[in-house]
Amino acid sequence: MGASSSTESNLMASLQRNLSKIVVAPSFAASLFFVYGFILWTAWMAFSKSRMMPVYDWAGLRQYERLWQMERWHVAIENLLIFGGLFIVICLFLGCLLAVLLDQRIRAEGVLRTVFLYPMALSFIVTGTVWKWILNPGLGLEKMMHDLGWASFKFDWLVNSDFAIYTVVIAAVWQASGFVMAMFLAALRGVDQDIIRAAYMDGASLPRIYFGIIIPSIRPVFLSAIVVLAHLAVKSFDLVIALTGGGPGYSSDLPATFMYTMAFQRNQLGISAASAMMMLATVMAIIVPYLYSELRGGKKNG
Amino acid sequence: MADIQTYGQNSGMKHTLLRGLLYLVLILFSVYYLFPLFVMVTTSLKSLTEIREGSLISLPRVVTFDAWDYAWNQACVGVECSGIKTFFWNSVKMAIPAVLISTMLGALNGYALTKFRFRGANIIFAMLLFGCFVPFQVVLLPMSQTLGRLGIANSTTGLVLVHVVYGLCFTTLFFRNYYVSIPDELVKAATIDGAGFFTIFWRIILPISGPIIVVSVIWQFTQIWNDFLFGASFSSGDSAPMTVALNNIVNTTTGVKQYNVDMASALLTGLPTLLVYILAGKYFVRGLTAGSVKG
Repeated sequence: MGASSSTESNLMASLQRNLSKIVVAPSFAASLFFVYGFILWTAWMAFSKSRMMPVYDWAGLRQYERLWQMERWHVAIENLLIFGGLFIVICLFLGCLLAVLLDQRIRAEGVLRTVFLYPMALSFIVTGTVWKWILNPGLGLEKMMHDLGWASFKFDWLVNSDFAIYTVVIAAVWQASGFVMAMFLAALRGVDQDIIRAAYMDGASLPRIYFGIIIPSIRPVFLSAIVVLAHLAVKSFDLVIALTGGGPGYSSDLPATFMYTMAFQRNQLGISAASAMMMLATVMAIIVPYLYSELRGGKKNG
Repeated sequence: MADIQTYGQNSGMKHTLLRGLLYLVLILFSVYYLFPLFVMVTTSLKSLTEIREGSLISLPRVVTFDAWDYAWNQACVGVECSGIKTFFWNSVKMAIPAVLISTMLGALNGYALTKFRFRGANIIFAMLLFGCFVPFQVVLLPMSQTLGRLGIANSTTGLVLVHVVYGLCFTTLFFRNYYVSIPDELVKAATIDGAGFFTIFWRIILPISGPIIVVSVIWQFTQIWNDFLFGASFSSGDSAPMTVALNNIVNTTTGVKQYNVDMASALLTGLPTLLVYILAGKYFVRGLTAGSVKG
């Protein structure tokens, strides 16, 4: 009896183990096809002669060469550097500042947190729409300042090809800085109270406690925030479309809008695929080392 | 928490002054964050003449809901002028199934990957996880061809599929991280009692999954409702979701620009996710951080 029931339970156990595999299999298959398969597919298109229609004749690096010869792509890359750099730095600064301010036993902290963070719940399209209205040179902020008596106030960045990309920074910072605040606030609350107390006993002032002890001890959060923000910046698409449409001309294009335009409006599938691969490479360069260290760190801790 | 009250050497006047300054700065920041919402609401309640005459920050002299009515029932999206309501329902029809399916699959995956671990489970998890970070531009072209071949291009079904597939990585991540912290003994004891894989899932795992289900549903709902890239790429005309319709309304160049209608449409697009945020903000934040910081 013992033997048969144990084989039975072995059978059950192996079925159970297989059930687990069977359950995961569809998702795994989907990700193999829709993520990994599609990446290879796009990679292949980037090596093909595809223009209006996908054709799969080998063209070597031709599409990449064409991509890098395009003035518009250079503008997109340059814009990404400007936008990404400013977006990350300002969000980190604002997020950290707000978190420290909120950390001072503020009355109505919950309300303020809600206020700082709600933009994150909105679609980038909504954000773009409202900022487009506010930054509208004829009726928005500029008119408001004129009405207030500041007649020489001029703010036409939205329609100025030299400055359009900065309006994207303004809207993006408004949207994402609250999220950075939330990350920092959570980290601040996790700092060891004993160290702070000890520093205080030694006569350190509050700013010194923050700059010397607290902020350095939440360094990992800076890293996480930078990774998340950089990732957001590379993927930024909706906001640009809604705010400037990539314009004037293509002066506020980012790689994401460039890729979309090439794919769906200019019928340059090969170039589009090549630009998508460049974006993937950028994200991988940021994410892979980060994930690697995070996962390894996770193992170390338990 | 380090704060002036506890660690401040500043007593009396100086202390009160500092606190006052602190609150002033915080209030100024609140004004900055609330300003666009204020502008959206007030502009949507004004008439066009009043918008031209008044300024950005003036309150509506006569409150009118005409712009809201117009946005909902008559605004032109492309050539169709039947308002944004069709597209609102498109988004609902897209978001509900996509959220439910991806959450359910995520729960099953997370459970299977942690409680009935098999060889390679971690590698499979890592491979799924990668999908969270792929810039979607890299899958756009193959996806549009695949949807075309499947015959579900330009349909809500197609968008549901897309959102389920790329939402899976996030939901699996949420549930996996949640279930990892649930003691294995719970499952082992039930196995000894003869409970099977699905019995354990229904009877033991699901009843304690409430908080993470809420996180997953909120995260997926906001992601899918707010999506624009997939909507713009894989839908057209009548099948477009709300965000695409909004962008169409705002960026049409024909006719007189109706800023009040634009703002009403933007608010209508933002309301569902704003409501979710106000009602369940705590879970929203948890989702944000879980989706960005790996555990």
